[in-house]
Amino acid sequence: MSQAPNSPAAAATPAKRPAGRRSVELSDELKAYKGVWVFIEHDRGHVHSVSWELVGEARKLADTLGCSVSAVLLGGPDEPLEKFAAEAFTFGADKAYIMQDPVLKGYRNEPFTKGMTDLVNKYQPEIFLLGATSMGRDLAGSVATTLLTGLTADCTELKIDPTSKALAATRPTFGGSLYCTIMTLAYRPQMATVRPRVMLMPPADASRTGEITYDTLGMVETQIVTKLLDFIADANSNKINLPYADVIVSGGKGLKNPENFKLVFELARVLGGEVGATRPCVQAGWVEADRQVGQTGKTVRPKLYIAAGISGAIQHRVGCEASDVIVAINTDVNAPIFDFAHYGIVGNAMQVLPALTQAFAAHLAQRRRLVA
Amino acid sequence: MKKPSQFDAIVVGAGPSGNAAAYTLAKAGLKVLQIERGEYPGSKNVQGAILYAKALEEIIPDFRDDAPLERHIIEQRMWLLDENSFVGTHIRSEEYNKPPYNRYTILRAQFDKWFSAKVREAGALLICETTVNHLIMDGDQVVGVQCDREQGDVYADVVILADGVNSTLARKAGFHPEIPAGNVALAVKEILFMPEETIRQRFNIGEESGVVIEMVGRITDGMTGVGFLYTNKESISIGVGCMLGDFKKNPNRTSPYALLEQMKRHPSIAPLIEGGEMKEYCAHLIPEGGFHAIPQIYGNGWMIVGDSGGFVNAVHREGSNLAMTTGRLAAETVIAAKAGNLGYRSSALKPYKTALDASFVMKDLYKYRDMPAVLHKNPQFFTSYPDMVAQAARTMITVDGVDKKTKEREIFASFRKTRKLTGLVGDAYKLWKAIR
Amino acid sequence: MHIVVCIKQVPDSAQIRVHPVTNTIMRQGVPAIVNPYDLFSLEEALRLKDKFGGKVTMLCMGPPQAEEALRKCISFGADDAVLVTDRAFAGADTLATSYALAAGVRQIAKEQAVDIVFTGKQTIDGDTAQVGPGIAKRMGLQLLTYVSRIVETDLENRTITVERRAEGGVQVLKTSLPCLITMLENTNEMRFAALPAMIHAAAYPVRKWSKEQAGIEDLDKIGLKGSPTVVSKVFGPTPRSEKAEMLDLETSSLRDLSLNLLQKIFTRHPTLESDLLMKEMT
Repeated sequence: MSQAPNSPAAAATPAKRPAGRRSVELSDELKAYKGVWVFIEHDRGHVHSVSWELVGEARKLADTLGCSVSAVLLGGPDEPLEKFAAEAFTFGADKAYIMQDPVLKGYRNEPFTKGMTDLVNKYQPEIFLLGATSMGRDLAGSVATTLLTGLTADCTELKIDPTSKALAATRPTFGGSLYCTIMTLAYRPQMATVRPRVMLMPPADASRTGEITYDTLGMVETQIVTKLLDFIADANSNKINLPYADVIVSGGKGLKNPENFKLVFELARVLGGEVGATRPCVQAGWVEADRQVGQTGKTVRPKLYIAAGISGAIQHRVGCEASDVIVAINTDVNAPIFDFAHYGIVGNAMQVLPALTQAFAAHLAQRRRLVA
Repeated sequence: MKKPSQFDAIVVGAGPSGNAAAYTLAKAGLKVLQIERGEYPGSKNVQGAILYAKALEEIIPDFRDDAPLERHIIEQRMWLLDENSFVGTHIRSEEYNKPPYNRYTILRAQFDKWFSAKVREAGALLICETTVNHLIMDGDQVVGVQCDREQGDVYADVVILADGVNSTLARKAGFHPEIPAGNVALAVKEILFMPEETIRQRFNIGEESGVVIEMVGRITDGMTGVGFLYTNKESISIGVGCMLGDFKKNPNRTSPYALLEQMKRHPSIAPLIEGGEMKEYCAHLIPEGGFHAIPQIYGNGWMIVGDSGGFVNAVHREGSNLAMTTGRLAAETVIAAKAGNLGYRSSALKPYKTALDASFVMKDLYKYRDMPAVLHKNPQFFTSYPDMVAQAARTMITVDGVDKKTKEREIFASFRKTRKLTGLVGDAYKLWKAIR
Repeated sequence: MHIVVCIKQVPDSAQIRVHPVTNTIMRQGVPAIVNPYDLFSLEEALRLKDKFGGKVTMLCMGPPQAEEALRKCISFGADDAVLVTDRAFAGADTLATSYALAAGVRQIAKEQAVDIVFTGKQTIDGDTAQVGPGIAKRMGLQLLTYVSRIVETDLENRTITVERRAEGGVQVLKTSLPCLITMLENTNEMRFAALPAMIHAAAYPVRKWSKEQAGIEDLDKIGLKGSPTVVSKVFGPTPRSEKAEMLDLETSSLRDLSLNLLQKIFTRHPTLESDLLMKEMT
């Protein structure tokens, strides 16, 4: 972008920076980028809840910045994208950008990356958020590299820095022992991914509406090298939905052997909850990988989290500490789990779990009789 | 059919003795393979830790340039403790504060990493996470080792066993019997974080100087043992060790960990470590048999160095310097054997023992050869004596209107009461004989 | 077949502690390891080599010590290893890293054309999962992330079919070579190195490239300069002011303690009881 030496713009050009220092100032062109965008992830007729969690978060950021929230929807011609847009509006979005094309049916990196980058280049948002899911991470990395902008992954907190008005994205580092706040000062859009259940699901306001803009992708199937041959759904009967469970009973290596996990399952059954586990248990093959709670597993925020035989190391802690009520059972009075649990019992989980199971079962049965 | 040697020497173990041997050999241009069973060199090692500069100087003269050293020691405190007091001797000298320094505190994790890097720079090959299962014999000659990996046989002219206190290789090959429980101590140790400023003030030292405290007495709950406290740059190493057999026989069944916790609570020790945050906890066995427990240390195609040979001077708590020296001497023997085309039978490796006997290593071990037995058979040195000495000191120092002569008589009387005159004389004689 | 596997040497975060006084990361004494996720990709690459023959070249951008990580990969069976190391790379975020690695792969491809590039799913110290997609984008490679299984590789027709983990199931994708693949964890088990391979790796001359040798021309794109993201602060988590309320098993029976706990939980969380009652009824 060259400028004639005597043009008015030349006077406004910032002084030439000494070679070798990187730019931390936003160019005028990039200063014009406005708005907070959220990529709405959907598949086979259903929107992933993380997208709504992000719309809620985007709303807060946009309110601070005084700009709008836009939902971005890419999909096939027969997918209900208008319905999803309407839902997005109820969660706080002001606008929706819809791009529909046969090649966008079913996620593939190439057409989605092109579609996203075209939209970003055309409408120029300052912030762009995606869920840190298989689809989100695949797409975010490609889009950020295409746009040559900054991307912060797995954020636990998003705020607007008061002085620079830039996005301050905080994420855990080094296994969760520390947090770091990362900013993208001189590039736009500022991109961030957030894991499911880290942000709260926002309230829905059915009266809210918004404005939809349509765009075309401009790609044909023959241009796209990767073909989606099939989708094989997981066996539904075994579907473990840990992140959205509201009661979780979790077991750790303190249970001593995999057989003792049945005590965990039993208490979970009585409570109508899910069963979680620590990484060492998953690695030892005691339970399925989908049950892992923690930094490299799932983030959960149930109403009740009961941790049996879990030491509470930081990698597990970051996965469950947002739970409303945490009860910990451990034989070691110095176990770090007692630093962040709400209630603690120093005892043998193999005895405490059945006792709790019985107490809960009896109590709930009695209350049910009263109600009936 | 003996396979041809792939290496001049195989060194089993990457601790101080193994590193000393491998470094010396590699520096002289020999082809060396070093095999370590831990994830990385030092992962299986535990030490107080004090580095005795002289032993390392003889291997890497300019080690001070880049070795990770904590503090150089300028003050040594030796304490005799009863339940709630200590009587001690402190030695501090500005002489110790003048380079080149003689002793340093170190952190083993960093030190071993540095030493191992030097070994590899010198040209030795190091493989980790590999355990040597046994020695490969050709007749009565060791010609290689067999490891726990596929195609795990590797051949060399000489095998140097630097595999530590838990060594089983020499025993399996029948070179020496199992170390009886009486000959090892179990030591536990913690590293406690402490801000550098606090360490400086509490111990009255500068930024780089340090203090060593060695303790004997009630802290070992009647067992034969010793406690220690060392100042590192930003942490304190504190630990205690007792004879393994004593732990088993102790009527209180105090575990090593409980012993350390007790010691940390001692009124003379607690204030020194207050506010310290535990960073690391570890335990290890230390050979304590002394001279009498040293096995056959060389044979046809093999030599033993370091802890696996029991080269630890328990009285002065020197182990790593003996380890490094034995490693170096073994290496020098191999270098000479190769240069002189002497082959690697016992006769060619005998100079190792000769050199060792002539060095401070064997001389010191010989001097204190009876100490382990004496200490072991005389628990009063760890119980009655600390009590009596502390009591005596208190009596003498307290100003309470009693005249000094009466106090003296009281002290003597209490000594005689506890140990009887014959006991006192006997103890003095035993100690004198053991130290002589 | 020529496969390039990109790895990173990382501190073993399971062993990293935070200094309780200064709140900084204590890296001393913490061993550096090959990023565990990279090993799944390496094992997959080695399996392809076992099947089709060919060569596996390791690539890493890092400080000189990263040589150790590359040696480990040689011991597992990789044929060659390149360490791109230069002070100029310091401070690189994922955008700058993918630029440097893409340049490295191109340079390696000059010697022998590359069919597949593997990277790990993410690193345990950064967790961003961005470098793989970044390299693919820069090199115009088809991107296949979260691959749980390689179904078929057709070298003659230059296609590859994989299963890719998505929400609720797997996508079956087919694309053409060259492509970039990141493997999902636990999809395979790393082989054990035989002793001769360990010795070979210990002696292997890992190739070291400076930025020039790696074919990097634009210095503004690497290291701190090439990194759009800036770490503005690092801090320790605020310790919770309240620790757990402990219920004492010494002073009450297990039964009483359980009842007591239930009362406390239901009082603390007013809607929980009704939620639980609702559940059982459905």
